Amino acid sequence: MHPAPSVIIFTTLSGLGFGLLFFLGLGLPDVSGWIAFVFFAIAYGLSVGGLLASTFHLGHPERALKAFTQWRSSWLSREGWCSVLALIFMGLYAIGAIFLGQRWGVLGILGSLLSLLTVFTTSMIYAQLKTIPRWNMKLTPAMFLSFSLAGGALLAGQTRVALPLLLVAALVQILYWRQGDQALADSGTDLGTATGLGTRGAVRAFEPPHTGTNYLLREFVHVVGRKHAEKLRLISFVLAFFVPVVLLLLPFNHLFALLAVLSHLAGIATSRWLFFAQAEHVVGLYYGKR
Amino acid sequence: MTQLPQSTERKLGLVIDLDTCVGCHACVISCKGWNTENYGAPLSDQDAYGANPSGTFLNRVHSYEVQPAEGHAQLIHFPKSCLHCEDAPCVTVCPTGASYKRVEDGIVLVNESDCIGCGLCAWSCPYGARELDQAEGVMKKCTLCVDRIYNENLPEVDRVPSCVRTCPAGARHFGDLGDPDSEVSKLVADRDGMDLMPEMGTKPVNKYLPPRPKDQIEEQIDILAPLLAPVAEEPKGFLGWLDKTLEKL
Amino acid sequence: MNQQPNLNLSPPVSDEIRRTTCYMCACRCGINVHMKDGKVAYIEGNRDHPVNKGVLCAKGSAGIMQVNAPSRLRAPLKRVGPRGSGEFEEISWDEALDIAVGWLKPVREDNPEKLAFFTGRDQSQSFTSFWAQNFGTCNYAAHGGFCSVNMAAGGIYTMGGAFWEFGQPDWDHTKLFMLFGVAEDHDSNPIKMGIGKIKARGARVIGVNPIRSGYNAVADDWVGITPGTDGLFIMSLIHVLMKAGKIDLDYLSRYTNAPVLIDASEGPTKGLFLRDADGKPLVVDRNTGALTAFDKPGVRPDLSATYEKGGVTHRPVFHLMAERYLNDEYAPENVANQCGIPATRIHAIAGELARVAFDEAFELDQEWTDFRGEKHSKMIGRPVAMHSMRGVSAHANGFQTCRALHVLQIILGTVEVPGGFRFKPPYPKPVEAHPTPHCKVTPNSPLDGPHLGFVQGPEHLALKADGSPARIDKAFTWENPMSSHGLMHMVISNAHAGDPYKIDTLFMYMANMSWNSTMNTKGVMEMLTDKDENGEYVIPHIIYSDAYSSEMVAYADLILPDTTYLERHDCISLLDRPICEAEAAADAIRWPVIEPDRDVRGFQSVLIDLANRMGLPGFTKDDGSAKWVDYADYIVNHERKPGIGPLAGFRGENGDKEGRGEVNPDQLNRYIENGGFYVAHIPAGADYYKPWNTAYQDWAVGMGIYDSPQPYLFQLYSEPMRKFQLAAEGHGERQPPDHLRQRIKDTMDPLPLWYETDQTGNEGFTVNALTQRPMAMYHSWGTQNAWLRQLHGRNPLYVPTKLMREHGLEDGDWAKVSSPHGEITVPVMEMAALNDNTVWTWNAIGKRKGAWALENDAPEATKGFLLNHLIHELLPPKGDGLRWANSDPITGQAAWFDLKVKIEKAPAPGDAESQPEFAPIKSPVGTGPKNLAWKVGK
Repeated sequence: MHPAPSVIIFTTLSGLGFGLLFFLGLGLPDVSGWIAFVFFAIAYGLSVGGLLASTFHLGHPERALKAFTQWRSSWLSREGWCSVLALIFMGLYAIGAIFLGQRWGVLGILGSLLSLLTVFTTSMIYAQLKTIPRWNMKLTPAMFLSFSLAGGALLAGQTRVALPLLLVAALVQILYWRQGDQALADSGTDLGTATGLGTRGAVRAFEPPHTGTNYLLREFVHVVGRKHAEKLRLISFVLAFFVPVVLLLLPFNHLFALLAVLSHLAGIATSRWLFFAQAEHVVGLYYGKR
Repeated sequence: MTQLPQSTERKLGLVIDLDTCVGCHACVISCKGWNTENYGAPLSDQDAYGANPSGTFLNRVHSYEVQPAEGHAQLIHFPKSCLHCEDAPCVTVCPTGASYKRVEDGIVLVNESDCIGCGLCAWSCPYGARELDQAEGVMKKCTLCVDRIYNENLPEVDRVPSCVRTCPAGARHFGDLGDPDSEVSKLVADRDGMDLMPEMGTKPVNKYLPPRPKDQIEEQIDILAPLLAPVAEEPKGFLGWLDKTLEKL
Repeated sequence: MNQQPNLNLSPPVSDEIRRTTCYMCACRCGINVHMKDGKVAYIEGNRDHPVNKGVLCAKGSAGIMQVNAPSRLRAPLKRVGPRGSGEFEEISWDEALDIAVGWLKPVREDNPEKLAFFTGRDQSQSFTSFWAQNFGTCNYAAHGGFCSVNMAAGGIYTMGGAFWEFGQPDWDHTKLFMLFGVAEDHDSNPIKMGIGKIKARGARVIGVNPIRSGYNAVADDWVGITPGTDGLFIMSLIHVLMKAGKIDLDYLSRYTNAPVLIDASEGPTKGLFLRDADGKPLVVDRNTGALTAFDKPGVRPDLSATYEKGGVTHRPVFHLMAERYLNDEYAPENVANQCGIPATRIHAIAGELARVAFDEAFELDQEWTDFRGEKHSKMIGRPVAMHSMRGVSAHANGFQTCRALHVLQIILGTVEVPGGFRFKPPYPKPVEAHPTPHCKVTPNSPLDGPHLGFVQGPEHLALKADGSPARIDKAFTWENPMSSHGLMHMVISNAHAGDPYKIDTLFMYMANMSWNSTMNTKGVMEMLTDKDENGEYVIPHIIYSDAYSSEMVAYADLILPDTTYLERHDCISLLDRPICEAEAAADAIRWPVIEPDRDVRGFQSVLIDLANRMGLPGFTKDDGSAKWVDYADYIVNHERKPGIGPLAGFRGENGDKEGRGEVNPDQLNRYIENGGFYVAHIPAGADYYKPWNTAYQDWAVGMGIYDSPQPYLFQLYSEPMRKFQLAAEGHGERQPPDHLRQRIKDTMDPLPLWYETDQTGNEGFTVNALTQRPMAMYHSWGTQNAWLRQLHGRNPLYVPTKLMREHGLEDGDWAKVSSPHGEITVPVMEMAALNDNTVWTWNAIGKRKGAWALENDAPEATKGFLLNHLIHELLPPKGDGLRWANSDPITGQAAWFDLKVKIEKAPAPGDAESQPEFAPIKSPVGTGPKNLAWKVGK
């Protein structure tokens, strides 16, 4: 899949933002006034910024409101609802925390759950797609959620929670890569089933329908060299998990905390780039490409 | 309209004969012509005369080589457009309801005025049937020429998709695949029509007729050889046979 | 749930449908042009049209992109820079025509042969030749000589018709269809429709072609033959069938010259037919045992009987055939290696031919009467049909191979019978009914007759009194006596060399001679721009007409811009290359369904204007005034013979006469009302056995196709060829030069034979290299239009798996491909369904930078390439001091497919562009718009 910056920014930032909101809603940390304002500003900046970024890839962003209509079947529509509800609930909760010094616990818990649900719906947009076996796994929502929680905990300064969450996320990441690398082969879909000609012999794509490129190839076919991918995986893993964990294990220091967050963010963004770039859409098979 | 209808009154679709398609691209361009001028936005072309021409097409003809365990490799031309699936994932993923499956005939369409151009339907389609038009920013797909097949401004014989009307080899057939007695259903039954990527569970309405077995003539040599028994080994003997045979004429 | 949108299921399709004829290739299908607001909105096939019956190919549907193409020329152009630069200024038509007349008139007054007028994809040859004839030059031809003259001439000399425009399989009855050397093209829609039709019935298709693409991809059996060996394969089939007695003896005795006796006496008549006093070939009548004219009523020609006189035994043709084809040299086991086809396969195919032709024979209950007056109660069907085209044609042994193929069809009794191959009017037509070539040039006078024709012996060669070639292309000379279509591919090199003479003006139409329509492309560019010692161009004047900014435009001094096909009048005439069906005569028109939005004019109308300005005889009334103002006027009012004009339909005052009839001023309107075409059906009972069927012959006379019935025998043995051999043996007044004697003796055998083409210089070049045109572009004249160029915007060299492995190549690698003549460096792509020793590419995808209004970085100009750079119009020197043409020695057909190459892996060129590269030419029309969204309706 084409690793479009809009979707990478969106999923990375909003995952982190809603993760932070999750913890804020639970009162972790229990903040108010200016400090609350800063926390919420960061959380909203990330989540709303991410959502805005996601509209950049729309052909008609001005019609975006129509996307709220199909929540019965569409994960994208559900994501829209969840994100708006989460932001509204958390917004009210934030008003209480920042301006009124109030902590409306039930509202916060609801907001937290909605935040997490938003991340889940985002992940399901990808996980539902049978056409992309690497995404069509239970590990996809597990990854989105674990990343969001770990990142949220990190941002929320919940060192004690962040450490185990980072370790869980790291484990999920490794499992995701392992299973993802086998996903296309395990799906049973190949050029033989794609063309129905597989029973006759070995099928090979000959001339493409057009000698030039097209929307499908631009959108679905992206080749990352194996060695390049391995290198990126290592970088992403070190930045997202290893560095933050080490920094957290050191005596607390604001600079270290900031570095841990930035490192994690860079690592997750890299991981997300790989999430798209390495995902093979089965349409590529028709073109003899991945 | 994101949800799929429980069932449709008819299942209109195409049956594509891979035994006959010569790969001429007539259907591709006829489709481009009709759908540029008709339903919704025109199918645009970017860099039309430049280094990377790339336009929106609703139907494209691939070609594949099949190497059997023994014998010559075969080349198979493979037209592909929307299969109007019964379980169309492109419909259910649509957040706005722009993508829908018609209750009357099962045609999967995009209501362009509701399309936000998110591309998710194209992502969900295993067949590459949907293309986002770069000029208009909306999703384009095969309409099964919904503006032809019922069009009272066209003579009845022309109320078929433009690709079917134009196909020189007659490799494309249009009809109701929900009616077991229709011509297309009979073709599918007679010729073992197949689904593409059945494992995706999309239940495509369009079917493909597989190529007939090829390069079998040498296997018939035992039947054919007796026909070729020489009438004589020597040219002289041949003239003797000729005289005898001419007598009998 | 939302409601489904309420769709308008019956939107208006168009304001109006204008029905005309396609020109995107040579099929000439009927099209419905849908108009909205006076603009072309959509093009579809015309269901009523005899050629395409509603279907339309990719090119046809893309016609709309041809009409809006940015490469359309906009006004007459005068060259202002050096030739080849592409620097022009736009001028008025008056100025352009003045310039043209200023060059042409003195030529006509001085020596008309100094004008060489050659047309390429011309569909008005009966008109352009009429113009050239009235101008008085002997130098006229269209592109047949480098296309498929072997096929046309081979067919006409053998059976009075050939494939494609001349005939077609009986698709309704055929059960076995065998296709030789036809991949994607020639012809297009009718073959696809036919294949579809017979496949739906479960009939078998056998494809003989080194490349398994297009029609061969759908063939049930593929014979991946070694290029150039088709003749050997066919003769092997003939060998097996004859040996097994699986031949139609009755058919051979009645309808062919197999029973005709051959003079065996030594001397100037040896090998000619025994003839009676009226000149009629003689046979032995089985009824009486007497020597009898072949066509005498009641005669039963004897295939076997010989005739003795003066101690000499004269044998029938059939004996000679048995002698030749029963020879074991043609046994499958002995040809298998050379053809690259296992012997079992050849046996099996022969067996299948025999099985279908004889075991699946059927009868139609249809009475008919043959030319000998015999009534037949039934028509015997032999459901085997064949078709062939350039793959067989474009070899230097192609003429004899084409003849061999017809012999195969004929011994099975499958020509003009139900289920077999049938002619389309005006064919069948014996070779004697065609004109012979004319070349007598007289200043200020018309030529003494039509330029092109069919020689029947040395007496018809186009030679001057001193024996030198009369024509600039050396057609109809001892080098290629039967060159019925001329040799367009030799015109520029001969004119440049001044051999046989220098010319003043080269006038071309729709012929991309500085690019893909020539051998030795780079050499031809140099010839076109070469200057003599005085600094003048060696070819002093070049006039060119084209609708588009093709590569050739840059090499002309004066450009006469043509219209697109929807902006013009044309007639697809029975006098020309017609569009008939086996059951009907048909012709058609084009008419301006839109008016040009530029200062361009239909070329034929421009020719009329030029003729009128020069007062050419055929164009001028006795009072000196012009006969016609434009082409439409000519189409309606010209009469070749009284009552016979370019269009056969709606003739006579009331428009109710067909074939023959007075001029009808309303004729074009009647055609337009009728969908742009006219069909005259052949009556039932007259539609098979046409060469011998009195009902057909009478119908054809009524239609004006013949002036009298012309029954004839199929010429398995070609007497005109024997006459050339006799000359080479020293008989007769006109004698070939000594260096050609042996070749004439060897190649112009009156019975088809196979010989290996000249391999001089090919040492080390062992791989066959071929080209095809993709179906979506086949024969299209025009630009890489915006839709079609997305299908084929670049062309790789397709290399068989075996050679890919041998040379360590992978898809996308580059290879250096060299021939004795040149080398190219190009991208490769693997193809498994390909003859193991053959590489190929799509022709004419590669374009010159600056042409066709493409941007300079268009893939056509950077990755696309031509094989033409590897092919020379001459063979490599043999050391005999002579240069031999790379052509068939019989017809002069350009031997494109004799190319042998060597292939080596090469590093990607520095700029990743195919080599050789040429400097961009300046585009007279600029480049096209960046983006398109072409919707004309609201």
